[in-house]
Amino acid sequence: MYLGSVLTTVFSFKDPGDWFGWAISAWLWLTVVFANLAEAVAEGRGKAQADTLRKAKTDTVARRLLEDGVEEQVPGTELKIGDLVVCEAGDIIPGDGDVVEGVASVDESAITGESAPVIRESGGDRSAVTGGTKVLSDRIVIKITTKPGETFIDRMISLVEGAARQKTPNEIALNILLASLTIVFLLAVATLPPFADYAGTHLTMVVLVALLVCLIPTTIGALLSAIGIAGMDRLVQRNVLAMSGRAVEAAGDVSTLLLDKTGTITLGNRQASEFAPVNGTTEAEVADAAQLSSLADETPEGRSIVVLAKEKYGLRERELVGAEWIAFTAQTRMSGVDVDGRGIRKGAAGSVVAWVRERGGEVAPDAQELTDRIAEAGGTPLLVAVEDTDGARVLGVIHLKDVVKEGMRERFDELRRMGIKTVMITGDNPLTAKAIAEEAGVDDFLAEATPEDKMALIKREQAGGKLVAMTGDGTNDAPALAQADVGVAMNTGTSAAKEAGNMVDLDSNPTKLIEIVEIGKQLLITRGALTTFSIANDVAKYFAIIPALFAAVYPGLDRLNIMGLSSPDSAILSAVIFNALIIIALVPLSLRGVQYRPVSADKMLRRNLTIYGIGGLVAPFIGIKLIDLLISLIPGIG
Amino acid sequence: MGPVLAGVLQLLALIGALALAYIPLGNHMAKVYSSDRHWRVEKWIYKGIGANPDTEMRWTAYLRGVLAFSAAGVLFLYLLQRIQGVLPGSLGFSAIDPDQAFNTAVSFVTNTNWQSYYGEQAMGHVVQTAGLAVQNFVSAAVGIAVAVALVRGFARSRTGELGNFWADMVRGVTRILLPLAFVAAVVLVACGAIQNFSGIHEVGQFMGGSQQWNGGAVASQEAIKEIGTNGGGYFNANSAHPLENPTPFTNLFEIFLLLVIPFALTRTFGIMVGSVKQGYAILATMGTIWLGFVALMMWTEFAHHGPAFQLAGGAYEGKEVRFGIGGSSIFAVSTTLTSTGAVDSFHSSFTGLGGGITMLGMMLGEIAPGGTGSGLYGMLIMAIIAVFIAGLMVGRTPEYLGKKIGTREIKLAACYILITPALVLILAAAAMALPTPGNSMTNSGAHGFSEILYAYTSAANNNGSAFAGLNADTQWFNTTLGIAMLLGRFLPMVFVLALAGSLGEQKPVPVTAGTLRTEKPLFTGLLVGAILIITGLTYFPALALGPLAEGLAS
Repeated sequence: MYLGSVLTTVFSFKDPGDWFGWAISAWLWLTVVFANLAEAVAEGRGKAQADTLRKAKTDTVARRLLEDGVEEQVPGTELKIGDLVVCEAGDIIPGDGDVVEGVASVDESAITGESAPVIRESGGDRSAVTGGTKVLSDRIVIKITTKPGETFIDRMISLVEGAARQKTPNEIALNILLASLTIVFLLAVATLPPFADYAGTHLTMVVLVALLVCLIPTTIGALLSAIGIAGMDRLVQRNVLAMSGRAVEAAGDVSTLLLDKTGTITLGNRQASEFAPVNGTTEAEVADAAQLSSLADETPEGRSIVVLAKEKYGLRERELVGAEWIAFTAQTRMSGVDVDGRGIRKGAAGSVVAWVRERGGEVAPDAQELTDRIAEAGGTPLLVAVEDTDGARVLGVIHLKDVVKEGMRERFDELRRMGIKTVMITGDNPLTAKAIAEEAGVDDFLAEATPEDKMALIKREQAGGKLVAMTGDGTNDAPALAQADVGVAMNTGTSAAKEAGNMVDLDSNPTKLIEIVEIGKQLLITRGALTTFSIANDVAKYFAIIPALFAAVYPGLDRLNIMGLSSPDSAILSAVIFNALIIIALVPLSLRGVQYRPVSADKMLRRNLTIYGIGGLVAPFIGIKLIDLLISLIPGIG
Repeated sequence: MGPVLAGVLQLLALIGALALAYIPLGNHMAKVYSSDRHWRVEKWIYKGIGANPDTEMRWTAYLRGVLAFSAAGVLFLYLLQRIQGVLPGSLGFSAIDPDQAFNTAVSFVTNTNWQSYYGEQAMGHVVQTAGLAVQNFVSAAVGIAVAVALVRGFARSRTGELGNFWADMVRGVTRILLPLAFVAAVVLVACGAIQNFSGIHEVGQFMGGSQQWNGGAVASQEAIKEIGTNGGGYFNANSAHPLENPTPFTNLFEIFLLLVIPFALTRTFGIMVGSVKQGYAILATMGTIWLGFVALMMWTEFAHHGPAFQLAGGAYEGKEVRFGIGGSSIFAVSTTLTSTGAVDSFHSSFTGLGGGITMLGMMLGEIAPGGTGSGLYGMLIMAIIAVFIAGLMVGRTPEYLGKKIGTREIKLAACYILITPALVLILAAAAMALPTPGNSMTNSGAHGFSEILYAYTSAANNNGSAFAGLNADTQWFNTTLGIAMLLGRFLPMVFVLALAGSLGEQKPVPVTAGTLRTEKPLFTGLLVGAILIITGLTYFPALALGPLAEGLAS
């Protein structure tokens, strides 16, 4: 491209009176500028984000803890892996690491954009901290796990800047195809002069270069890297960091999604959905007792009981005077209240039955049936019992239910149409899991899942040639995350999980996996669509240029001038101008990506072929004609 | 019955016959290449050539087999021609010159069968029958073997093994080509083609003077010439010669023969990859292009303007009145869309656009339906290119028949499609740029350029038909055309076999709703479009200066 522009310019200098040579060279240079512009615009967006991140990475002073317990001040850049550092309220965490001592609330807005502080504590799955984030309260001791310069924030900066961008397999394959097309066109143009000389017309270098530049796939060539950068950028905008472009592409190919039940398919907590009375009591009685026992219960399950009682039975919250609240403990496995001589308990079936029997009460015979029915339906039964003047007895059962998030069924239907199988992963027993799987509309489920089970499932799917995507946050997820083709680690997760995955979701929202798949597909579609468009464009350019070159010696060829272009010069110039302008016209599309709808491959192909294939054939005929009409108005050309 | 109607009826009869043969022949060939039993005669052959037909070969070993066998073939045929002077049954012909012997040897081994000699004035019985006719069989069998190896690459997984070249090649001859050729030869003899070893006869002409008639094993060579998509005629006039192609029926029969294996191979392909629908999709692609070209050709030849054409009822120049415009048009399109290159009329005398259609047919890479074997693998390469672009448009890494089209696959396919355009354009440009080669042209202007463009297109694509008019028996043309044939045949085979190896090693990707369905009409349409656009873009400038300039002038 550069070479072509230089050549035409040189030839124009040799013949300075030739306006045509100058015009062609000018437009060829513009083509070069436009081609670079696309990439620059795409990169510019990333640079802005990188600058924000750099602000978070201001040089920090770390308080390194020596073995004897003495602290020393060192610059954050001198920390080594394994160093222990202390951070207290107001300190910026100097590097990536795990909390080994203490609990603190941390402001991670610098990387996640989320202003609400998060809790970081030693041990467990919430021990990872990221350099550049700020401790808001308390004191923690952190063990540094990454070298300065390779921290999460450093990687993020290089990712969004595109510095670390490597060409993905599909991109390389496409480049090879484009290169071979370029060689074909080079051959077609380079062998033309001897043919033309024989025909009795001499082709100037300017004309040959113009023809070549019009034919080689400059459009897609110019936009290819912009499309890649923009794809990464779309992920970053959704707060997902892909550690490699390969992973983004793999996301488009995924055919099996492993989704954790809790938080992804269902809301995080169970909710009360029904009060089932035993024989001899009424629903209202059960509701009343359940509500009383839960008034002081601040767990989400407790709140949901109060809400259900209000919505379904109109029971308002009451102020109880002199009530003694019995809190839930792991030993008693129930909670409740003693008030006005009445004792109310709710809790796990075994514990409540034992409580009733202790007090000489009897358990209604159908209580067992009710709990079984609820368990089979995938719910959790909570027994409600009362002890009052009539003695102790079981009133009924609260049905706690996993609530499937709204719209999930539609989402899974969409995925199925895209050819993606969804598998729900849960620690629940198979019975519960099956019920929820059916309600949510997933294709399959893995119940009582251990990390080993997950791993085995992934390997089984992969052995069948499928690509698997999953999310995870715990350390025990790390092997599975590493094995999956697309492993999305939650930012709240452990650093082991983050290391193992090839993407990190800063929002820690497992549902995002679906969006990631869509972005991956959109990236590939955009490349394919613009390649098709670019190749289809060439047909019209031939119809513009070939008659222009040869109609003088073979008048019959003027019949190919179906666009009716006004003169040979304006025809060639119009084709060159169109070639340059189309790049600019397609920049927004390449940055935004081709519109993606979750439909079957057939429908998608039909749609994209119509728009970009047939559109690519027709558009340049119209475009070149219009440019020619404009040019021919310039005096001395038409 | 008008000539147009006659043409259409011939076309319908041809399609009917091809349809009848499609399933039995396709099934038979699939069985031939899947069987693990050897015939006794085959065992003798294996023993004779010292090959073990039961070892599985990786692509490199398979390729070594193809190249070694073909190199031996070229050498043998070259020597046979060089010592013709001392051979018995040579009808008194002397040894062939080195450059022409090289050209002819390469030509027959590469399944091109370009002839820069006059059969009846240069080649005796031994060279014709023991040399040329043998290559007519084995070069076709080599083509099918390579195609079968590629199909195995698609069908197999997690193995680099592609079958055994020797078994595939020998079976192609013994179980497919020989039986078919035998039946076909009997039919041709029954219809008047000759089959003897007699000498040269002087025959008096009606108008005074005399001419020579050769005897020869014509019918048998004619049969394999068409069945193996070879095209090298016993006589210089090729299938226009009454002793090769006596009647309108034999004309149609010969067209049937040259199309039947390439079309039926799509069935074989479908069976071997486990989905006959995939085979039908490829068949539909080939059929659409072939039928489209036939229709275009009939239109240009029947509807040409000018008083002479209108008086004759069409463009009759250079066509046999026996076959008519319809029969000649179907033959011309079929011979150039396969790698046959036999002619029953002079392509040079077709209308300008008609001549362009024959050239474009070859430029497509001879894939609709193409040569025996080479048509199928050429078409599958185009399918890979089309799948790659279309596959991206459905948002997945492109895959075809369960195999991913990744960097390595696209690299090999891209190399494949570069070869023939490079050979055709570079050599034609060299011929035009150098001072002497142009002297071989009979005509001036666009038609003269067409002669040269046609020659290189025909050689590089292993077609072998000639535009007539070009004196190709010069050192320059014998050598460069020989090189074009050699590279145009074996370089693509290298890439096809490498591709087969790389596909065979992959594990298959399961089909989901997100997979591009390559057995649907939509894909066939896409494939036809991709083939026409990619070829069109490559050759448009060259065609514009040759047949288009001529055809659009009037």
